[in-house]
Amino acid sequence: MPTEILMPALSPTMEEGKLAKWTVKEGDEVAAGDVIAEIETDKATMEVEAVDEGTIAKILIGEGTDAVKVNTPIALLLMEGEDEADLREAGGARKSNGAAHPNGDAAEAAPAQGEAKAASEESESGKLGRADGPVSVLVAMDKAEPPEEPEVPEGTEFVEQTVREALRDAMAEEMRRDGEVFVMGEEVAEYQGAYKVTQGLLAEFGARRVIDTPITEHGFAGLGVGAAFAGLRPVVEFMTWNFGMQAMDQIINSAAKTLYMAGGQMGCPIVFRGPNGAAARVAAQHSQDFAAWYSHVPGLKVIQPHTAADAKGLLKAAIRDPNPVIFLENEILYGQTFPVPELDDFVLPIGKAKIARKGGDATIVSFGIGMTHALQAAEALAEEGIDCEVIDLRTLRPMDMDTVIASVKKTNRCVTVEEGWPQSSVGSFIAAELMAKAFDWLDAPVLSVTGKDVPMPYAANLEKLALPSAKDVVAAVKAVSYAD
Amino acid sequence: MAEANTSSRTRSRRSNAQNRGKSGSRGPRKTPEKPRQAAPKAADKPATETAEKSAFDPIVFSRDEDLKAYREMLLIRRFEEKAGQLYGMGLIGGFCHLYIGQEAVVVGVQFALKQGDQVTTTYRDHGHMLATGMEPRGVMAELTGRRGGYSKGKGGSMHMFSREKNFYGGHGIVGASVPLGTGLAFANQYRDNGAISVTYFGDGAANQGQVYESFNMAKLWDLPVVYVIENNQYGMGTSVARASATTELCKRGQSFDIPGHQVDGMDVRAVKAAADFAAEHARSGKGPIILEMLTYRYRGHSMSDPAKYRSKEEVQKMRTEHDAIEQVKQRLLGEHKLSEDEVKEIDKEVRAIVNDAAEFAQNDPEPDPSELWTDIYVEA
Ligand SMILES: Cc1ncc(C[n+]2csc(CCOP(=O)(O)OP(=O)(O)O)c2C)c(N)n1
Ligand SMILES: [Mg+2]
Repeated sequence: MPTEILMPALSPTMEEGKLAKWTVKEGDEVAAGDVIAEIETDKATMEVEAVDEGTIAKILIGEGTDAVKVNTPIALLLMEGEDEADLREAGGARKSNGAAHPNGDAAEAAPAQGEAKAASEESESGKLGRADGPVSVLVAMDKAEPPEEPEVPEGTEFVEQTVREALRDAMAEEMRRDGEVFVMGEEVAEYQGAYKVTQGLLAEFGARRVIDTPITEHGFAGLGVGAAFAGLRPVVEFMTWNFGMQAMDQIINSAAKTLYMAGGQMGCPIVFRGPNGAAARVAAQHSQDFAAWYSHVPGLKVIQPHTAADAKGLLKAAIRDPNPVIFLENEILYGQTFPVPELDDFVLPIGKAKIARKGGDATIVSFGIGMTHALQAAEALAEEGIDCEVIDLRTLRPMDMDTVIASVKKTNRCVTVEEGWPQSSVGSFIAAELMAKAFDWLDAPVLSVTGKDVPMPYAANLEKLALPSAKDVVAAVKAVSYAD
Repeated sequence: MAEANTSSRTRSRRSNAQNRGKSGSRGPRKTPEKPRQAAPKAADKPATETAEKSAFDPIVFSRDEDLKAYREMLLIRRFEEKAGQLYGMGLIGGFCHLYIGQEAVVVGVQFALKQGDQVTTTYRDHGHMLATGMEPRGVMAELTGRRGGYSKGKGGSMHMFSREKNFYGGHGIVGASVPLGTGLAFANQYRDNGAISVTYFGDGAANQGQVYESFNMAKLWDLPVVYVIENNQYGMGTSVARASATTELCKRGQSFDIPGHQVDGMDVRAVKAAADFAAEHARSGKGPIILEMLTYRYRGHSMSDPAKYRSKEEVQKMRTEHDAIEQVKQRLLGEHKLSEDEVKEIDKEVRAIVNDAAEFAQNDPEPDPSELWTDIYVEA
């Protein structure tokens, strides 16, 4: 049986890519390590190497093909001792079951491939996500959601942009506007950003303003705070917020508290930004949601956008804000596309929630990537006749409780959704506020859908279990609605 | 004297705002080797932990310079004594770290600074504030937690700031002021404004990781920062030798190619000479430099220090043999030919200033309760 060569993933969050080029043709002999193709994503270009020795028997995906899903077979390799007959046989087999997956022997030998099999079968049967990424299929729905942007003047044109591009544009626009804005962090300049968020900034603004730092989070966070005390406007990128934990003392003790301790003299106009929360399959130390942690701290503003438009408008606002702002992004959202208003200067107010979907039966409150679960659940519930109002907090501190309370007074039920752990979560704060301020309007206890109370596991199935899902949200909304 | 770097070992790198812009990269720079800046001559004896040697032979102070040094050091001493008194009376709360014994350091360094240079330090900050010209009334009223204090009573002894005097705190976390001071230097370089940042920290702080993170970036980018390590021999009750694998703290920049010098921090003239050299070094684009000031605190770490870790004799010896203020006083009375009465007149003036500050700090009202909710955010 021939071996299938599958479309590889360049990163844990990659879902598809372009097969840019074949560097081999059918009939070529290849050895392990030979470059056989080039693939491209919006983040990077990479070469694909052969893992096994053999002959390229058939190219299944032609070069230049866009949007090739990860794990799709792209070529067939005949190993020593195999011949054309094997190929025909395999072709028949593929046709008959329709699913692309490696042959049984290979799957057993390589657990990674077994996983890929599970993934492809699952997405085919219409379930959510692939095995190593819990939310990928929700993208389509986000795109379909019409932009509810009261902040945008009527008649404004929208362009489709990824969250990544929107963030980059926000920084670039603010850097053009104010010479004292600079970007600093690990790999932000020459590498173009570990997640390519700062792509192109070095070329436009030069090394004076786009600064690669050593791997020294505590140090450069403190250095940024010092520069902000002097009046500069640093945008400090943490490669991920997991590493920002090393800098927590400077963020909280120096950035957040100094204004108060200085009786108002020493403002700290700084933005700390980077991806927050679980990526995919990177396990406990690299998958943590810090929303609740930072939202605890007076003196900080905390933003976690979901859409590209909000990412752009709020990052611009954050850079202009005279206070330290924690800007929590999400790696899985980076590549997702949303409509972004085409305006010269699109700035959104910090501290204002957005009603992402109107409804009267129950309120779902979320933010960041939790919104994907919230919106997906609302869609599913609508089909069952439960009409949810979905609120995207966007800013966690100061939190727009007015919008939440107004909605709950209408729906009398509330479910919160976040990726972080349950104890002392954002949801528990909202529940407490609602109990204090809207008790008489509640027809059911407020329920919080959160990540499970465990460190993030690596195994695909366990990771999926640890993360909140649309299914969890559906169940919670049904519970507060006393529906089956 | 101890010179931390020998010129043969080091490979000097140079960068400033302009040439970084030109090269278009903050990456590894390929500037040709160039001889290290002529540093003061190394003494023949190795450094010890006494404060007897100096990298910088005391320069001669004029009568006016000695008068100024005397006045300013005495102001700090009397101020601190008064603060100790008020603490004893329950008028100052919490932690209160006195600077008594170390006065020559801030006064000597301040002599070398120019308008626009910034100062950052730790919680042992009263002396630094007075040296930068902040008002004794405002400092003392902050100690007593009153509305006329520099932070409206919300910062206390360890957290005071003055934008006007370029004093950037007053930081309570050991080591945290070092990246902050480095960031101020970064801002100076970014703006190419010719200013330098003086970043003070203690011998205990010198073991914090973020100090070395800062050293690395400061040298990598040649930021205009002077690191002043106030080695007063103890971090709380732990002597330098019990906390530090290497005790010549001026050498702590070696692996970053940052020059360092050990200075007799009890001699204001030596401090001034070292600070002149260091300020020039930083200001001229050569990057960071370390001054280790050998000094001594006469009082406890804070007001509640049992002082079981050192002998009374050790303290007494420093006071009688090395006191910074006494040294200047002897020069005033000797070579500058001031009379006892003239010196007493200065003492009297200083006392009056301190008494006035104490008076103010006791009678100024506490902050209005509404201040609880102010200064958390700057209005956007
Ligand atoms: C990170 C941190 N750890 C511990 C403390 C408690 N602490 C305050 S001062 C001090 C000793 C510092 O000694 P040193 O740096 O030599 O400064 P000195 O007090 O002698 O001026 C300690 C341990 C603190 N404030 N911050
Ligand atoms: Mg000490």
